[in-house]
Amino acid sequence: MAQPLVAVRELRVGFRTKAGIVDAVRGVGFDLGREKLGIVGESGSGKSTVGRALMRLLPRSAAVRAERLAVCGTDVLTASDRTMRDIRGGRIGLIMQDPKYSLNPVVTVGEQIAEVFRLHRPEYAGKRAAREATLSILEQVKIRDPERVASLYPHQVSGGMGQRVMIASVLAGGPDVLIADEPTSALDVTVRLEVLALLDELVASRGLGLIFISHDLNLVRKFCDRVLIMYAGRVVEALAARDLGNATHPYTRGLLASMPHIHEPRDPLPTLVRDPAWREPA
Amino acid sequence: MIAVEDLVVRFDRRGAPAVGGVSFAIAPGSTFGLVGESGCGKSTVLRAIAGLIPGHGGRVLIDGKPVPERRDKPFFSRVQMVFQDPYGSLHPRQTIAAQLAEPLRNLGLDRSPGRVADALVAVGLDPAFQWRFPHELSGGQRQRVAIARALIVEPQVLLLDEPTSALDVSVQAEILNLLTALRRERGLTYLLVSHDLAVVSHMCSRLAVMQRGHIVEELEVEALRARRVTHPYTAELLAASEAYG
Amino acid sequence: MSASAPVLQRPPSGARAALLRQLADGWHAYRQHVMGMVGLALVVLLLVVALFAPWIAPFDPNVQDLQQRLLPPSALYWFGTDHLGRDVFSRVVFGARTTVEIVLLVTIIVAPVGLVIGTTAGYAGGLVDEVLMRITDIFLAFPGLVLALGFAAALGPGLTNATIAIALTAWPPIARLARAETLSLRKADFIAAVRLQGATPSRIVLRHILPLCIPSVIVRVTLNMAGVILTAAGLGFLGLGAQPPLSEWGAMVSSGRQFMIDSPWVVAAPGLAIAAITLAFNLAGDALRDVLDPRGDR
Repeated sequence: MAQPLVAVRELRVGFRTKAGIVDAVRGVGFDLGREKLGIVGESGSGKSTVGRALMRLLPRSAAVRAERLAVCGTDVLTASDRTMRDIRGGRIGLIMQDPKYSLNPVVTVGEQIAEVFRLHRPEYAGKRAAREATLSILEQVKIRDPERVASLYPHQVSGGMGQRVMIASVLAGGPDVLIADEPTSALDVTVRLEVLALLDELVASRGLGLIFISHDLNLVRKFCDRVLIMYAGRVVEALAARDLGNATHPYTRGLLASMPHIHEPRDPLPTLVRDPAWREPA
Repeated sequence: MIAVEDLVVRFDRRGAPAVGGVSFAIAPGSTFGLVGESGCGKSTVLRAIAGLIPGHGGRVLIDGKPVPERRDKPFFSRVQMVFQDPYGSLHPRQTIAAQLAEPLRNLGLDRSPGRVADALVAVGLDPAFQWRFPHELSGGQRQRVAIARALIVEPQVLLLDEPTSALDVSVQAEILNLLTALRRERGLTYLLVSHDLAVVSHMCSRLAVMQRGHIVEELEVEALRARRVTHPYTAELLAASEAYG
Repeated sequence: MSASAPVLQRPPSGARAALLRQLADGWHAYRQHVMGMVGLALVVLLLVVALFAPWIAPFDPNVQDLQQRLLPPSALYWFGTDHLGRDVFSRVVFGARTTVEIVLLVTIIVAPVGLVIGTTAGYAGGLVDEVLMRITDIFLAFPGLVLALGFAAALGPGLTNATIAIALTAWPPIARLARAETLSLRKADFIAAVRLQGATPSRIVLRHILPLCIPSVIVRVTLNMAGVILTAAGLGFLGLGAQPPLSEWGAMVSSGRQFMIDSPWVVAAPGLAIAAITLAFNLAGDALRDVLDPRGDR
C-alpha cells in the first residue's frame, strides 16, 4: 500500500476533569487506506474521541499525544490552525449523528453546501458555479428535487433527507477521508438502509477512505471491510469484518452474544462479564 | 388483563390523528409488543393509556372494566411505566431513596425503610445505592432504579417505552433479562414499545406493527420468526431489520 | 466523553450525608471562581460589619458635634466628618445594617412569591397561567424606581415601606424565570413518572418542580440585589427611604452632595460602599450562575 490516508500510532487522549485526568484513549494505532474501516465500542470506549482527535476538534481540556497522527501525510499534531482549517472539510469530512444539530438552523441547506464549495474548491469560487455544483451534489446524494431541497432550512427536512444533505455538504469539500460518527443511529431502519447504500456507493465511486464509528456491531459487520473493536480506550481486536464471527477476544464475543436476534430466540441473553484484564494491553 | 378499544389521540384538531383507532388486548402474564418507526404513534398509545395525554377517544380496560378518564390511584397502583431515557426519567436532585419512597407515600402504601432497600435488591442493586443521586449512576443502573420505582407499588401491568434503546447492547441484555425474570417471578403483564424488532421478538409473545397511527398487522412472534407476515410494511420492516441485524 | 459511573471516595449513607455531599461539591465548584470568592468575601464583610456595628464603629453615628463639622479624614475620623460633625466611618458602618436589612427583607418577600407564582402558572397552564402572568406583566410594565416611588409615596416615607415597595417591583422577573423553567420541566419524564405515582398537582409543583427552580432563582435574586441596593439608595437619596437620623448610604450621599466640592469624603465613603457591595453581589451572582445553573457546562 502506498502512503495511507490516515496513519495513527500510539494515540493517547486524556481529559482534565475535576476528578483528575481521565484517559479516554490509551494507545490506539491503525492505518486507513481507501476502505471502509469500522470502529466499534460501547459508550465511553473512546471511539468518538479518536475521530475528533483526527480532526483536532477536541475541547481544550483534552491532552492529545501520539507517535504519529497524520491525515493525507500532514501531521495533525503540529499543523498550524490555518492548515487544519484547510484539512477539515477539504481533506477530511465529518458526518455526525444528527444533522439537525450540525447544520446551521438559519441558513438554507443550499447556501450551506455552496459555502463549502467556495471555501474549499477554488474552481467553484463564483456564485453561479457554486450553486450549480450544489444542485449537482444534491443529485448525487439521490435527492430527487434538488432545487426545492436547496431552498429549505434544516428543520424542514426529514431525518433521512437531512443525513443526505449532511453527506452532500461534506462531499462538497472534496475530501479523501470521511469520518462518520453514528451516522444512522438516529434514523429508522428502513431509512437507514437507503443512507448506508448511498454512503457505500459514494465511497466506492470516489475512492474515499471511510472511518465508520458505531456502537452497532451487526451494522459494522455487514457494512465495513475492516473492524476495530475498542474497549476502555484501547483497540482490543482488529479483524476483517467478515471474520467477526470468528472473533477471539472475549469482549467481542460477549458483545456479539448479548444482542437479541429475531430468528434465534435465546433466554436469557448471555451477558458480558467484564474482565479487568481487558483494560491492559495484551 | 389490559385492553385498548378504538384509541384515538389528536394533537391537532384539523390534521390527521396521531393515533387513529387502535385496539388490542393483552393476556395476563404475557408481553405484548408495539413496533414501528419514529412518529408512528406507538409511544403516544402508551402515554395515552397511562393518562399522560388528556382527552383521548376510545376506551382502556383493565380486567374488562374501563378505567376512569382521569386516572386515579387504584389505576396507578395497578399500572406503572418505565421510560426510554434513564437520564430524564429520574429527578436530578433527589436521592434514590426519596424517589422510591415517593410513590409509596402518594398511593398510601406501607413506607417502612426496608421496602426501598428490598426494591433495589430486586432489580440487582446494592441497597446502599439509595443514598446516591442519579448523576452518580451509570445508564444501566439508572434504568434499574426506574424499574424498581415502577415495581415498588407492586403493579400488575408495566408499560415499557423503549426501555433499552438508550443503553449499550451489553447493558441492554442485562435489563432485558431482568425484565423477563421479574415478569416470571411476579406474573406481570408487559406492554413493550420499541423500534427494534429483535428486542420485541426476544421479549414478546404477540406484537402489533404500527404505521401512521394505525395498527397494520398483529401477529404471534412465531409467525414473525417464520416470516409469515401479511402486510407489506411488516415485510419491509423485517427485511430492513434483517439486512443489518 | 464520560467514563462509566464516577467512583465515590466516600460511600454515602443517609439522607443528611447525601445532602452534605451535594453542598460540599457545590462549594468546591464555587471556590474555583476567583472573582466569585472576592464578591463573597465582600458580602461576608458586609454581614460581619452589620452584625458587629456597635463594636466596630468608634463613634455614635448619630451624635452631632458642630465643632467638628466637615473635617477631612484623619487618624481620629477615618473617613472624616459630615456637615453635622458626625463621624462618616461610623455612619457607613451602621449604614451596612440598613443595607443588610433591605437585602434580607427583599429576599424573603421576593423569592417565595416569585417562585410560587411562576411555578404555579407554568405547571397549571391555561386560565391560571393567563391571569397570573398578566398580573406579572402589569408590575413589569412600570419602571422599578417609579413604582417604588409611587408605593413609598402612598405608604409614607420610611425604610420598611421603601423595602416593601422595592420587593413589589422585584418579584415579577423572578416569577417569569420560574415559569420558564417550569415550562421546560413539566414535560420531563421524571415529572410524568411522579404523575403516574398519583402525586397531586400541588405536590408536584412544590416538591418536585420548585426545588429545581431554586438555583436559578438564587442566581437571579443575587444579581438583582445590586439593583435593589441601588434603588434603595435612590429612594434614600430622594428622601423616601430611611429617615434621618438613621444612617443609610443613599441618604448619606443625598445629604452630603451640597458639600461635595469642598468635602468630597462625605459623599465618597458611602458612594464607594454602594459601588463595592453592588459589585460584590454581581460577582457572587455570576459565580453562582456557573455553579448552580443546570444549563451550564457540567
